[in-house]
Amino acid sequence: METLTALIIGVLVAASVYLMLARNFMRFLFGLILLSNAANLTIFASGRMTPGAPALVPYGEDTPLGVVGNALPQALVLTAIVIGFGLLAFTLALAFEAYRRLRTMDSDKMRYAEPKEERE
Amino acid sequence: MMSWLLVMPIAIPFATAVVAYLMRMSDAGRWISLAGSALSLLASAALMVAVLERGVVAAQMSSWDAPFGITLVVDYLGAVMVVITAITGLATAIYALGEIPARLEKLGYHALFQTLIAGVTGAFMTGDVFNLYVWFEVMLISSFGLLVLGGSREQLDAGIKYVALNLVSTLVFLSGIGLLYGVTGTLNMADLRDAVANAENQGLITVIAMMFMVGFGVKAAVFPLFFWLPASYHTPSFAVSAVFAGLLTKVGVYALMRMFTLVFVGDIGFTHEILIWVSALTMLTGVLGAAAQTDFRKILSFHIISQIGYMTLGLALYTPLALMGGVFYLVHHIIVKANLFLVAGVANKLAGHTDLNRIGGLYKSSPLLAALFVIPAFSLAGFPPLSGFWAKYLIVKAAIELDNWLIAFVALFVGLLTIFSMTKIWGMAFWKPHPDGIDPTPDRVPDKVRIPMMIPIGGLAAMTILIGFYPEPFVQFAEVAAAQLLDPTDYVETVLGARP
Repeated sequence: METLTALIIGVLVAASVYLMLARNFMRFLFGLILLSNAANLTIFASGRMTPGAPALVPYGEDTPLGVVGNALPQALVLTAIVIGFGLLAFTLALAFEAYRRLRTMDSDKMRYAEPKEERE
Repeated sequence: MMSWLLVMPIAIPFATAVVAYLMRMSDAGRWISLAGSALSLLASAALMVAVLERGVVAAQMSSWDAPFGITLVVDYLGAVMVVITAITGLATAIYALGEIPARLEKLGYHALFQTLIAGVTGAFMTGDVFNLYVWFEVMLISSFGLLVLGGSREQLDAGIKYVALNLVSTLVFLSGIGLLYGVTGTLNMADLRDAVANAENQGLITVIAMMFMVGFGVKAAVFPLFFWLPASYHTPSFAVSAVFAGLLTKVGVYALMRMFTLVFVGDIGFTHEILIWVSALTMLTGVLGAAAQTDFRKILSFHIISQIGYMTLGLALYTPLALMGGVFYLVHHIIVKANLFLVAGVANKLAGHTDLNRIGGLYKSSPLLAALFVIPAFSLAGFPPLSGFWAKYLIVKAAIELDNWLIAFVALFVGLLTIFSMTKIWGMAFWKPHPDGIDPTPDRVPDKVRIPMMIPIGGLAAMTILIGFYPEPFVQFAEVAAAQLLDPTDYVETVLGARP
């Protein structure tokens, strides 16, 4: 289970790096989404995997019986997902507004705030 | 009682943000923001008094004992950062009365500003790594909003770069937290100290330390991770860029100082050695980048980078004197840098531009502004007896005591080049006549706008002079702060309770 998760994280990061190297900002953004999911999976996996053992307390008990999944990483991932969702929503809106105003998604052509490069 | 003291500096800006957002359509928003900032300053002063009495103050949120709950903990370094954040917040809130137009207020400027202050303060006070990540995000999202507020083309362009690079750094930091938890099973910083020291796989710990260093390094804008900063800091309102310049990168430096004195101290020969060279290159590239610029704010932006190098150098050298210099530098720099951006804003209002080729004549027409520019500018360059002299003196002395002559030379050389940039601004914006033949006298701007903009500049300049002429208590304070960083027994015991 851990090996499979590690492989998935690796594939996600590789794909996100590939996407983020593109000049098109939308591709960069998709890469960012994949990277954020990879980070979330990392946290989840670092809490150790316990398949089929949800962190539930049986009715009438104060503590869970036997070995259950670690609930803390799940809480962390939940927080990170919510925050990541908000940030990505903002970034998407920013990308749209930038496209509307700058008429380009090519990050090489976004030179309004910086001096233009000398090209022959 | 203690927990109230610790919660207030965060809760007041948040409450102010809510009220200011509700009142954004009226003129009341700016006064609410101002009142909130003044209250925050009082609250952080009260916190400072408590820290001076007890050394370290901590409180467990919702009464969950450490290391399970979230701890707020403030030592000398944390306390001075909280106070200086509140001071910068108040200064920019006053400045905003004059600078920020009603159009931006209606878009929620004051709410975003107060949330930013809350995020920065939270990051300085938390004792939990994951909570630190959350405060970083609070700070980031409000800084995104402030950066593109108004939506000019330059701002959108800058926003794309700022957002993209900062989000990547956040994800590196987040993955680092995940792995650190996987190795140690705790997120409480005080608890992490022992857990990291006792971890079996020290190689993995070093890898995680490097992930933290990269994550915080992007925020702190060190070489070679600083590219987002000069691409964005010259585009938003002057009040916004002053707060960014003063506080945001310093949160990165603070986080580095905290994690690399409290938690990641197992392999100092490796991690801190990297930091030394990173610091030297940061100082050099920043100051050389500034030399190539002719825009008021772009020059200042590159100088932020160069000055960050001095602070991280204080951490990297890792002696009591060096850390003391680092802490002193941090505080001095926030005051001076924020002030220079505020001066740039007034110069822009009077002379009509920030491009130094297109302005001039400010010395003749506005001698008061010229005098108020000279104080922070020469303090930045390290002229005695201003605050920057003492900050540089401590760092350079620490480098020489370690016989690290190369680093000491770089630090002094960068100081020299800083003078070059500052005299360039002086010569072009203040001394030479205005190229359009305009006489940039103060009465070109109405009193209602000019006076609120000048008050914080005067106040911050006065603080620079005070620290410069009377450095003794500040140096002593920094000495205790550095001692606490190097020997965090007190910090750990206050958070976790005294252990047998």
